[in-house]
Formats: sequence, C-alpha cells, structure tokens
Amino acid sequence: METISIALFVFFVAFVLGLSFFFARKAKSAAGYYAAGGNIHWAVNGIAFAGDYLSAASFLGICGMIATAGYDGFLYSIGYLAGWIVALFVVAEPMKRMGKYTFTDALDSKFNHKGIQLAAAVSTLVVSIFYLIPQMVGAGVLVTPLLGLPHWVGVILVGSIVIVIVATAGMTSTTYVQFLKGGLLVIFSVIVTGAVLLRGLSTTPDQDGTVPYHKYATIEATVADGKAIPSDPAFRFLDAKEASGSHFVKLENAGKLGWWKQIEKEGKVSLVELQSVVVLADGSKVINGAPASKENQLRQVGNLEAIDGKTGAEATTGSVGPFEFLAKIGSPGTQVRTWKPAKFDDGDAKVTAYYPSITAGSKIMRPGQKFKVEGTPIEKLDFISLMLALFLGTAALPHILIRYYTVPTPAAARKSTIVAIAAIGFFYVLTLYMGLGAMVNAVVNPADNNMSGPLLAKSFGPILFAVISAIAFATVLGTVAGLIVAASGAVAHDVMDRYMGLKLDDRKKVRMGKIAAFVVGIIAIILGILFQGVNVTFLVGLAFAVAASANLPSIIMLLFWKRTTPQGIVASILVGITLSIGIILFSPDMYELYGKVRSDAPIPFANPGLFSIPMSFLTLVVVSLMTAKKPDAKANAELAVG
Amino acid sequence: MFHEPAEKSQVKDLAMAYKTRLGVWMFLVYALVYVLFVAINLIDPSMMEKTVLMGLNLAVVYGLGLIVVALVMAVIYNRMCLVEERRLEAPASDKAGV
Repeated sequence: METISIALFVFFVAFVLGLSFFFARKAKSAAGYYAAGGNIHWAVNGIAFAGDYLSAASFLGICGMIATAGYDGFLYSIGYLAGWIVALFVVAEPMKRMGKYTFTDALDSKFNHKGIQLAAAVSTLVVSIFYLIPQMVGAGVLVTPLLGLPHWVGVILVGSIVIVIVATAGMTSTTYVQFLKGGLLVIFSVIVTGAVLLRGLSTTPDQDGTVPYHKYATIEATVADGKAIPSDPAFRFLDAKEASGSHFVKLENAGKLGWWKQIEKEGKVSLVELQSVVVLADGSKVINGAPASKENQLRQVGNLEAIDGKTGAEATTGSVGPFEFLAKIGSPGTQVRTWKPAKFDDGDAKVTAYYPSITAGSKIMRPGQKFKVEGTPIEKLDFISLMLALFLGTAALPHILIRYYTVPTPAAARKSTIVAIAAIGFFYVLTLYMGLGAMVNAVVNPADNNMSGPLLAKSFGPILFAVISAIAFATVLGTVAGLIVAASGAVAHDVMDRYMGLKLDDRKKVRMGKIAAFVVGIIAIILGILFQGVNVTFLVGLAFAVAASANLPSIIMLLFWKRTTPQGIVASILVGITLSIGIILFSPDMYELYGKVRSDAPIPFANPGLFSIPMSFLTLVVVSLMTAKKPDAKANAELAVG
Repeated sequence: MFHEPAEKSQVKDLAMAYKTRLGVWMFLVYALVYVLFVAINLIDPSMMEKTVLMGLNLAVVYGLGLIVVALVMAVIYNRMCLVEERRLEAPASDKAGV
C-alpha cells in the first residue's frame, strides 16, 4: 500500500512542479505573476475558484466534523456555499472593474490613499495567515498515514513545494494547480460517495470484511464506598476519576491496566470499555493499556447501534439510494455511537479517555451536537455569529478576490463565479455523504477527526486511499499557493510598490513577490507545526470571521455609500481586524488550546462576527461622516451668485 | 477615476446599474431564506427533526435546498444580466452595421 501511495504522491508532486516550471516564462511580468496575465478562460477560472476555495477545511475538516458532530459539520458546508451568493450578486463584477492585481487595488481605486494601501495590505496578510494555519495543519495530518512521516515533515514538505510553485510561476501555475485539484476533488468525491451508498449501512461495520468489528465490552458493577467494583472477579478496581461530567474507573485485568466509563441506568451500575491514551511522566505513551507502537494505535471508531429500529444482522441494509441513506441515518429509530474525549491527570500521567456516546439519528441529523442551539443565550449568539461570518466571509477573502483579476472582463468574472458555485455546491452536498459515511463505518480516528475522509476512502481499498490522499494533498497545495500569491501581492505590490512608493519596475516587482512568497511560506510552516491537532474547519471559520469583519464593510460601503471616505475605510479595517482577533484570542476555544480552563476565558463566545462586523460598519460610517470634506464656502457663494 | 484599471475593464458597461440593482435584490431574497434557516434552528430546533420529504427531515431538505437555490438563482441572475447586456449593446451594433 505504501508503494502505491508514495508512487502517486511523487508522480503528483513531480507533475505539479513540472507545470510550474513550464509556466515560469509566462510569469516574468507583474501581470503574469500576480494575475496570470488576465487571460484565463472563465470556465477554467470557475473550477480554479473551486480548487482555491475547497481547502483542507472543506475536505478534511468538514468531513471530520460531520463524522463526529453530524449535521453541525454540514452547517459549515451550507454557510461556505451561501457566501458565494454575496460574491456573485454584490462583489464579483465591481471587483474586476476596480482592481488590477490585489484586493487593495479595488478598495483604493477611488482614492489612491496611502492609509488604505497599508491597512488593506495588512488585512490581506492577517487573513491569509489565519487561513494558512489550517491548511498547513491539514498537510501534516495527511502525510502521516500516507507516507508514514511525522506531522512536522508534512508541513515542511507542503510549505517547500508551494514556495517553489509560487516562486516559479506565480498565479499562472497556481491557477492550473487549482483547476486540476478542483476537478479531481469533485470527481473522486463522487466515487467515494458512490462506494458509501453501494456498501450501505450495518451495525457491525467491518470494511467489507477486511477489518473485524470490535465489540466494546460492558461489565456489571456494584457501588461500595463510592467505588464502582466490577462484578467480574477477573477485573480489579484501582482508582476512579471524574472529568467532563463523567466518571472514569481504572481497572486491572491480567496485569493490564485500562480505563472504563461508569454509567448508571435504571438503578444499575455498569462499566463500559473505552479507549485511552496515557502519557507517562517520561513522555512515553500507553494506548489502551499497552505501550504505543506502529501496531498498537487507537482503534478507529464510529458505528450505528440500531438502524431504523432494527439491530443485529436484520439491520443491515445492503446498497441504498442517496435519499434513503440520509433518511435511515436521520430516523428516530436509528442510534449512532460517536466518541468524545475527556482529559484528566492520574498522578504524574496525563490521561485522555475516548468514551462512546449513543445519540438518536434524528438528533444527529439536525443542529445541536456541536452548536448549542438550545443552549444559553450566549451559545445561541455564538451560533448566529458563526453563520453570519460564513455568509459574509467568502466575499472578503483576499485570495479568492484576486482570482477576479485572472479573467479578461467583468462578465467573465460573473460567469466564473457561477461555475464555482456549481462545483463547490455539488462538492458540499457530497461532504454530507462522506462525513456520515465515515461516522457509521468505523473509520474515525477518535484523537483527530481531520483524517475521516481519507480513512473512509481507505476502507474501500488502498488504491482509492492513495488517490484520495494525493488529491487531499493537492487540495492543500492549491489553496496554500493561492494564499501565498495573495500575501506576496500584498507585500510587494501594495506595500513596497504603492505604499512605500518604491516604483519598482516589472522585473523587480516580480522578484519582490517571490521573496515575499518565500517569507510567508516559512511563517506558514512554523504555524502549521504549532497548531497540530486542531480541527481545520474550526480554524478556517475564524479566518472567515476576520475577513468578514476587516474587509467586507469597506467593500460594501465603497460600492453603495457615496460618502465613504478613505479615513473611514482605514478605521473600519483596523477595528474589524482588532475586534475579531481580540475576541478570538480571549475566547473559550482558544483558552482550551492554551491548556487553560474554558470557563476562565474573559469572553464567553468563540465566533466574533456578530459583534466585529457591525462594529466595523459602524466605524466606517462614523469616521466617514467625521472626515467628510466640508462644502467649500467660496464655491457655494459663487454658485449662489451665479 | 479608477486606479490602474485592468485594460479590458475600461470598456463602459452600459448594464452596470441594472446588474447592480438586480444583484442587490437577489442577494436580499437569498439572505432572507438564509436568515429564516438560522432562525428556525434557534427558535424551534425540534422542527428541524420533522420528516418533510422522501423520509428526509427539514434540516437536510432546507440545508440541501439552500445549496440548490443558490445555484438556481445564480443561473437566473446570469441569464438576466446577459439579456440586459445584449439589449443595451444592440443599438450600438445596429449603428455600426449601418
């Protein structure tokens, strides 16, 4: 299997690099380097849009989130796609009309103002780097199972390849890498979805007989002195801990230590087998009671306990249709076993217990598993905030907006957006099948759900896994290349050429762009290593919030409010960036990342959009009104006389 | 007025005002459908569990619907823009012919 994976991977990388060197001669001018000469056909650009947009967050992150949180993951698909409506109806043609190479060009088209040039360039850099983090995390996640290399090697590998792609042929090679990747991603997602439907549903998924289904044990227990003592004498009670509102019991069985979850139902106490990772004081890892090794890893999980009220062999469906698949999983009579983590200390050791949780299918197929739509007012506001940022974020992403400069006319910009909506929308429908397919086929890594899509493909055979992994790797390459082009344009074109007034000639502008691409690539590599293990869709959701807060108010007001001033735009961008990032940094989710307690976070919600976007709009209006040029008294007097 | 405009964009777009107006209206319609979706999730999330079509619940139908409606509206928008662009360009072509 590894040979196929490596061969495909090497072939793909060689092909992409060859493509970049082939196009290198076309990228000697600034227009060639930053905007692919503005001559890309709208249909190619539309698929390249899809390749640019369908990032690691879409393929790895959304599939992973659907696999663990059901419909809540699909909310990202809906929000990401809905954002294209804003791009098409409001932004596409004006962006093309007003700009040349970068998003800053468009924003500054009316004013030629130094403040806008700097603020918009900073915003482009911030949003691009926020967006780069999850892509690089995704790269590391992919390379581990594909090539057997550590996470950091994957990150460096992607970073290096992308730097070469961008530095050789800029937007031209980036466009064709994205076109190729966008097309392949959609085609092979259809194949995986088809395979999921053909396999059907079962309560004991065994990957078509290749991996035996592991049945998790339950043992009876009695409570004495607050301790859950197993009835089976083969097990000996050692200790008990409480974490995440659940009780965990440490048992010894035949010299092997393991953690079990204590549950109480109808007055009866029982202990349920779970999975655990224990990191000992010396740094060594124990997985499920035995030392971690290539053979002893966490078991992949996720299955149905009952299908439409049936259990056991009679529940097995055989092949199902696309609607039947969704209906069966969403039935009130279906029970889904998902896995949740709980962390606690055991002396010097750090324990992460992964325990099963049974949820009705009808609850899995509606919002509520991740987003607490029935929770506190703060939790509801957080949900609104996320959905707002997803809706408004797409049209404010600099690496997406620059693709409007690769086509010749505003009409071509519009048509390419429609092609993008078709390709992206279709792909997002498929994410529901791939995510749910992973959820019910025991292919989810309980410690890191990002690999659910590729692992689902692996359950259909090594070739599909190798192809899907290579495509997923291309997914990361395409998006990272687009982000680095956007960031390098911000540095070389917006800041150095226009803001600093260095008046670089074409050749120097391209060289500066290449140097900027190299530096941004290195930053991306470092961040990708630091953020290992965080769900990539979650991170991209935050990037959307920053983009929607920093950029969208300026774009919209510039187009629709004649009294917008350059000072208003600058203030709006700065307030948008500061507020959105400030809220994110002090949110419960980030506190958890820092290793602190969630409830200690000074800001009780994670998604800033609901507050930072209106504040950015408000700032623009107030500052514009304050800085509007006063009517010229002399001119007025002359007019009056006339 | 525009800073360093792309060369081919300098051609005057006679249908610009119409397309802007149409785009805003279509955006508002879609935004309304989207807001309703978010509102149902918050006000009565249990409604999302109800089976409404071919065994699918409202959450799935509405979610997939939002994706399909986006594409349908995009195609309609493009069609209407094209018709207007051709209508406004036609007299100029006729004159050129004469």
